[in-house]
Amino acid sequence: MQILKNIKIALLFMVIFSFLPLKAKAAEECFEKVSRSVFKFNMALDDAIIEPIAKGYNRLPDPIKNGTSNFTSNIATLLSIPNSLLQGNLKQVGHSTGSFVVNSTVGILGFLNPAEKIGLKPHKEDVGQTLGTYGVGPGCYLVLPILGPSTARDTFGLIADTFVDPFAHVTIRENELFGVSGNDLDYFSVRGTTAIDFRADNDKNLTSLEKNSLDLYSSLKSVYLQDRENKIKNSIEDNDEWGSLDN
Amino acid sequence: MKRLVVSFISIFFLFQSSLVAYSSNPKDFVNELVVDAITKLADKNLNKDQKIIFVEKVALENVDVKALGLYTLGELRKSSNEEDILNYQKSFEKYFLKSLTSRLTDYSSSKFEISGEDKKSSNYTIVNSKIIPTDGGPELKVDWRVYTKNPDKPLIRDLIVEGLSLARTQKEEFGSILSSNNNDIKILIEKLDEFVNN
Repeated sequence: MQILKNIKIALLFMVIFSFLPLKAKAAEECFEKVSRSVFKFNMALDDAIIEPIAKGYNRLPDPIKNGTSNFTSNIATLLSIPNSLLQGNLKQVGHSTGSFVVNSTVGILGFLNPAEKIGLKPHKEDVGQTLGTYGVGPGCYLVLPILGPSTARDTFGLIADTFVDPFAHVTIRENELFGVSGNDLDYFSVRGTTAIDFRADNDKNLTSLEKNSLDLYSSLKSVYLQDRENKIKNSIEDNDEWGSLDN
Repeated sequence: MKRLVVSFISIFFLFQSSLVAYSSNPKDFVNELVVDAITKLADKNLNKDQKIIFVEKVALENVDVKALGLYTLGELRKSSNEEDILNYQKSFEKYFLKSLTSRLTDYSSSKFEISGEDKKSSNYTIVNSKIIPTDGGPELKVDWRVYTKNPDKPLIRDLIVEGLSLARTQKEEFGSILSSNNNDIKILIEKLDEFVNN
């Protein structure tokens, strides 16, 4: 069974890599019809399940919401540590490690964020971003069921994250690390909570975008791709695309 | 991506300001315009319709809507005929104003601070600012692309919220509509009109 699982993963990687142009600048649509169908499915799922949960979550007292958000962010920091290292960004390795240690101890398992107060500001890094810093282009743009907008590179990164992320090692792979171990349920509970926290945070904004977009699919695609570019650059530099405007 | 979508809300309404003439210095221009807008929007003596009229007038005076329209049209602006461009510009302006004013309802009071400026060329200055919602929401970094070709009358061409360019997002949205309709500008105009009339 394990061999079969590994073959499936290897095949998936091969398929994804086949859509990864190494120096591609912009993400091309390769399966737009499929992506749009998946997008519709995701929106229906959002309307029926995720949005109502997010609205309920938003009604929780602020300390609970902030604590939950801090807790999931603290766990996400674990993924940033190996990725910052792979990117050769030792300063960020320090920020991520320091932040995780301080918040997990002084910050009571990450529910508080004292690390921020002492100047530790970890960037969120993942394998998709690491590949981006190596010059790997985004490849095809696609929409994943439930997970939403992605690219070939980022989808590959999403799978690779589970091999790099210490939290995934102690949960879905059930390895023991410093005497701590977990299971699939722990992993997916944290990921699900992260998603709800994000959705709740952006509830009004998504409604506004939905109301004012001629083509919501394209708007969200643009927002996603711009955000990924910024995260790879670790800056929000403005790309001057106005120079060619004859005006 | 956490704050980014947050951006889209607060943003457009910040284009607003009063009908007074603002400074020609880009940093002061943005500061005066936004502070004025925040004051007006928080004014309980003005009803929603009055605020909409105010926003529309101020947007038309201080935002380079014409250039924004051309930018969002992408390469098609070079290959389309004059009449189509003119029709597009008319529809785009209505679309822009409706989209802008509809976001008014989402307004919540915020503190505004200019944090710097970067003169890119004689035509452009990027003014950096921060918006701090008073309800405890996350702080937003907003950069204003100010067109300074006429140094006496700066105009806003884009807002970059947490690294997300509103103009680019709009351009890519329109680009998608055009590419799935054989780059037919008339279809885009129809869709803009449909939005305005709904």
